[in-house]
Order: sequence, then C-alpha cells, then structure tokens
Amino acid sequence: MKITQQKAERHVLAVTVDNEAGILARIAGLFSARGYNIESLTVADISADHALSRITIVTSGPPAVIDQIIAQLDRLVPVHSVIDLTETGAHVERELALVKVAGTGEKRIEALRMADVFRAKVVDTTLTSFVFEITGTSDKVDSFIALMRECGLVEVGRTGVVAIGRGSEGG
Amino acid sequence: MTAPFPAPATMNDAAEMSGAQIIVQALVDLGVDTVFGYPGGAVLPIYDALFEHPQITHILVRHEQAAAHAAEGYARSTGKPGVVLVTSGPGATNAVTGITDALMDSIPMVVLTGQVPTTLIGTDAFQECDTVGITRHCTKHNYLVMDPARLGPVIHEAFHIATHGRPGPVVIDIPKNVQVATAPYIVPEQIEHRSYRPQVEPDSEAIASALALIASARQPIFYTGGGVINAGPEASTILRELVELTGAPVTSTLMGLGAFPASDEKWLGMLGMHGTYEANMAMNRADLIIAVGARFDDRVTGRLDAFSPHSKKIHIDIDRSSINKIVAADVSVVGDAGRSLAALVAGWKAAGHTRKDLGEWWRRIEGWRATRCLDFPEDKAPEAEIMPQRAVKALYEATRHLDPIITTEVGQHQMWAAQHFGFEEPNRWLTSGGLGTMGYGFPAANGAQVAFPDRLVICIAGEASLQMNIQEMGTCAQYRLPVKIFILNNEWMGMVRQWQELTYESRYSNSYSDSLPDFVKLAEAYGWTGLKVDRLGDLDATIKTMIETPGPVMVDCRVAKLANCFPMIPSGAAHTDMLLQAAEVTGTMDDEAKALV
Repeated sequence: MKITQQKAERHVLAVTVDNEAGILARIAGLFSARGYNIESLTVADISADHALSRITIVTSGPPAVIDQIIAQLDRLVPVHSVIDLTETGAHVERELALVKVAGTGEKRIEALRMADVFRAKVVDTTLTSFVFEITGTSDKVDSFIALMRECGLVEVGRTGVVAIGRGSEGG
Repeated sequence: MTAPFPAPATMNDAAEMSGAQIIVQALVDLGVDTVFGYPGGAVLPIYDALFEHPQITHILVRHEQAAAHAAEGYARSTGKPGVVLVTSGPGATNAVTGITDALMDSIPMVVLTGQVPTTLIGTDAFQECDTVGITRHCTKHNYLVMDPARLGPVIHEAFHIATHGRPGPVVIDIPKNVQVATAPYIVPEQIEHRSYRPQVEPDSEAIASALALIASARQPIFYTGGGVINAGPEASTILRELVELTGAPVTSTLMGLGAFPASDEKWLGMLGMHGTYEANMAMNRADLIIAVGARFDDRVTGRLDAFSPHSKKIHIDIDRSSINKIVAADVSVVGDAGRSLAALVAGWKAAGHTRKDLGEWWRRIEGWRATRCLDFPEDKAPEAEIMPQRAVKALYEATRHLDPIITTEVGQHQMWAAQHFGFEEPNRWLTSGGLGTMGYGFPAANGAQVAFPDRLVICIAGEASLQMNIQEMGTCAQYRLPVKIFILNNEWMGMVRQWQELTYESRYSNSYSDSLPDFVKLAEAYGWTGLKVDRLGDLDATIKTMIETPGPVMVDCRVAKLANCFPMIPSGAAHTDMLLQAAEVTGTMDDEAKALV
C-alpha cells in the first residue's frame, strides 16, 4: 500500500493574536496536531500596550488544507484575525539573515564583492572573517547563502519571513 | 499639598476574598448547582470554600475520568454546562479522556484543576503536571490563573466560551497559592469577548441561496447532527416544521438522534457505517443534501470519493472550520443551527414556496425501506437465547411511555441501541460519538440522573465497556441515584471481534472478555439490585422488574455471543456497498481498507 499526497502550494499568513502566555504553543501545536506544515514562523509584540502580537506563518498545502488552516486558526479563542497574504494579493515579504564567513585572500575579497552585489551590510569583521546582514525575499537570502558556501561560510541565523500587504489599507 | 482623604481600610478588606471563595462565588453567580469532582491536595482550599456553599451540590465520583463523563451527561441532558473539579497531577490527567470526549462531541464543560503553587511550577513538584500544556489541544480553550484578581473574569469568560458558538470544554488551572491569596472578586461587566465572537446569525444571502436549492430539489434529504441538539430544544421544533414544509426525508448522525422523532414517517433512521440501508441509499442518490449541525465524519461518509456523487450540498454549521473540511459545500451557512433553520422556515414562507411533489423520490425510498435492513434472524422460543437487538427492542417497548434518558458505552451495543431504540425528543440520547470512549455511558448516566432525579435513566452497556468505569457503582450508592444499567453481555469486546471476523479471518486476538465478574453479586456488594436473564421468555419480566425496582439496578442480560451488528458499510466502502447480513461477510480486506479505522 502506498500513501498518496496532494500537490501543495505556499501561503503566507499574518495572524494577529492576544499577547498571552502559551499563545505560540497554541498556534504551533495546532499545526503539529493536525499535520500542517510550517516553513517558517515569526512572532513579535506589535501594539503600544503589548496586548497584541503578530505571527507570520509560511505554510504549504493543497488549497483545501490552506482553507482549513485559516478556519482552524480563526476559531482559536485568542486569535483576532487571520489574513492570507498570498490570497489577498500584492504584499511584501522580507527576511533577515546574519551570515558569518571566514577566510583570507581571494575568498575573502570574493565574499565582500558578493555582499556588495546583494547589498548585504558588514556588521562585524575581523582580519579573517565577516558577519553580513542581508535582508530580502527568502529566495534572495537563499542565493546569497549558497554563494557564501563557496567563500567560507561558517554559520547562518535567519529570522523567517515577515510580510505585509501593499498599499494604504491595514489588514 | 492636601492629603487625600484616606479610604476606610475595611472597604478594601471587605471586598477582598480568598481565591477559593472567589471561585465558589463565581460558580454560584453563574447558576451552577452541581459540581462533579474528587478532592486532593491542590484543591483543598476550594473544597473548603464549597463546604460553606450548600447551594452547590458536589457529587463525589470514584475516578476523575468519571467526573468529566458525568459532567457531560449532565450537560447533554440539560443543555447547561457541566462543571468538574479535580486536583493537580493525576486528577487532571485522569480527566483528560473526558475532556477530549467533550471536545469531540461539542459538550459545554468547565473543568477546574488544582495546580501546585506558582512558586513550585516547573520544579517537578509533588503531583505537578503541565495541565495547560496537556489540555491545550483537547480543550476549546484553557487558562492558567496566576493572580487571584483574575479568577472572577476568567471563570465568567470560561463559561461564556464553553457555552457560546460551538460548545466545548474549557480548563481553568489554578495554583494552590492563588486559591489561598486574597483579591477583589471582579465580575466582568460585559461578557463580549475581545477576539472570540462566533457567528450565530446566518448570512441572509446564504439563506437565500439555500432556499433556492431546497425549493427546486427533487430528491432532497436532511442530514442532521449534534449541532441541532446543541442549539436547544427549539431547534428540534423548527427542524420538524421545516421538514413538514418541504416534505423531505430526514436522517441523522449518531449525535443527532432525537432531534427528529423516530416515529415520524419521514424519518429514515441513522446514516453511516451502521446506519440504515434507506438512509445511506437516499444520501447516495439525493440531488440535495441539507446538512445541519453535522460534520461529514468518516463514520458517516464511508468512502469519500463515492459519497453522494450527484448531490448539491448545503452545509449549516456554527463552526466555519467544519464546512469544506471533508466535503465541499455548494452553499455554506455559518450560524447557529436553530437560527439558521428558523431563517429557512421564515424565508420559505415569505417566498411563498410550496412543497414539491416528491412522490417519485419517496417511492424509491420505500423500495429501499422494503429491504427491512434492521431485521435480524431470531429463534422466538421462550428458552431461546436472547438476540441483542431483541433485548434493545424489548427495552424500548417497555420504557418508551416513560420518556427515558438513554446512555451507552461504546461498541456493538451502542450501535444496536442507536438502531433499535427510537427517540422522539432531543437530550434523551447520551453517547460518545467522536472519541468513542468505552467507560462513558455509566458515569454519563449518573450525571443525567443527578440532573433529573425522578426520570428513568438507563445505561445500555457492554460487559467490556462497563468495566472501564465500574467503580462508579459507589457514587450511585452514595447519592442513591436510581440508575439502571442494562448490560448486553456477550462475553466479547463485540465490535473488536466483529472487525476481526470481517478483516482478519476470525483471528480473535485479545477480544474475549475473560474472567468476568458475577455482575449480580457485584451489584449486591454495592447495595444495588442485581438481575440476570438468559432466556428470551424471561426478558420482558426482567425489564419490568428493573423498571419497578427502586434504586440502582444492574441487569446482566446474556445475549447471543457471536451476533454481529448489521447493516454495515465496511471500512473503505461506499454507501451503496452495505453489508446487510452475515452471509455477505468474506473475512478478508485489502490493505487500503485495513488501514482505515
């Protein structure tokens, strides 16, 4: 017997929640309990009185599963709103990465040259290393990291995606 | 600088209460009359506060799982939330099965759990467990209250959440020092929740679209579920009116039995795996399914790609996530089942719709009915063994005029009860549908009997399920609950044995109920009346004795050991592939079917 799976598509969800103890476990646990994918998840407090947090989740699944994910998130008591940015249209996605590269000579020069092309900033340096800060879409960050592998990549830290709709309207 | 006039200290002192007093006062203010629980170290302050509040009856169970099921029985029979009070650690973990059962069957329940003091949380203290972590995904919502001033708002909010929208269990975990510390009792002014606002009123455009489909359907069928029961008795009344207006047949899930009267000619019986042939065939051939408060569970749909292939679907549900989860809806109506049905009735009348001629549809249904799928082979001699179906039918005939409340355990007896016991009204049928919890029925009967001391409450049980919470005989004895337990004793975990017969060539691995107790002696040991019957000729007299005997009675009804529950849609089969009787069983299944539950 074979276990079959449907074709998945990638969606970015912005979820506004009460900033309370256990909320992240509630959201992450819903995904694990129901077998949904999380490609990345970011969370931070976003209101002046620290009452609300925004969670950006990149998930993937067949369209019916994406609909279920939204409905399941929406019925959690501390969830205020769920916006499917992929569905609502034009939006901006950004991710930040800190990339540590070590090396000397030609590799070091090449790393700096690539960083310039990608508009990555040097945020720390020694005679034998750099830490680059790069922001952009996940694809851009992926490409930069792939190039750095050839230039002495030591370590990477990534934030995961944050995203927001284009235009003057709020979510 | 003028010194502010000091407020009299007594005013603040008078307003302050201990956390435990706040908890009990909040329960009183919320109209709670009964709490099912079991004391322990981490809830002693609450038990002490309860001692001073005789207006709340505390029912002492013998195991915390039974407290949760009893609260479910109380809730399902009354429509009011059930309340549970248990201690930390094992008290909380024992309650988890009952809490999960309530989540699956959308039963309103509030569970108060004790917790170790805030200063000890996270230190692996005695009887500590991560109750909010453990119950996060088996509750509708849960709380850990770290400040006694939050107790008032949290308890009021918890009852609101448990009872509004799709009902469900809410756990409030309360550390012991929060029960002892003092704070003002704050009653929230408005219960409107900042983020939880379920849609109750259906969208009028959706109702209009639904009406258009209903008005033009030639083979419509109502498929109703537990949501109609949860919407209150008036939802059942309005369902009957809508059915009368449209003339369409009605089937229901296990959870929805009683919303539509079993004696009505439009009633097709339950649908699904052990549903009737006519209900399943009508679902398969329908051109319109009107699903009300039902969720297209796998037990209902059978093989999904063959489920009702030619029908449009109207799906009415208070939980948006139930719609399009399993089966795509053509018209989605998010709202309370009762309000949505009322909107359909009002819309039907306002538009001047008249009943379509469904004669051809009913003729086909009569053809399916003619198979008499619930008939079973039987020797009618007085000395013959009792068929389990006959036992349920005899119980029904002997008690129907008494309007009993029936609970069940889980397994074959549950399905026979669903098939052969007729329900005319909602809130009379208490069973574990979603989770399928063996051990549910007996404590649930106790909960219903506490709510209705003068009603006839019968738990139809299997000998295996009953043993999962049989310790509750002590609870019945203590509170003189006159619950009747009617055991269909076939000495097997019958449904497991049936599946082994169907799927595993009768290799009966561990499904025999060995070393059974003498149920009559056991009953007597607890001060109950015990009866035993094993001849068909004695069945009616035994049931009569059971009904007429005051106090709790246990009937050990010995039934045919190898009887199987039919009709049956085998695992992985379509509605049209029902097995109607044992002769159709082949004894094997392919792996695809074996992999399904």
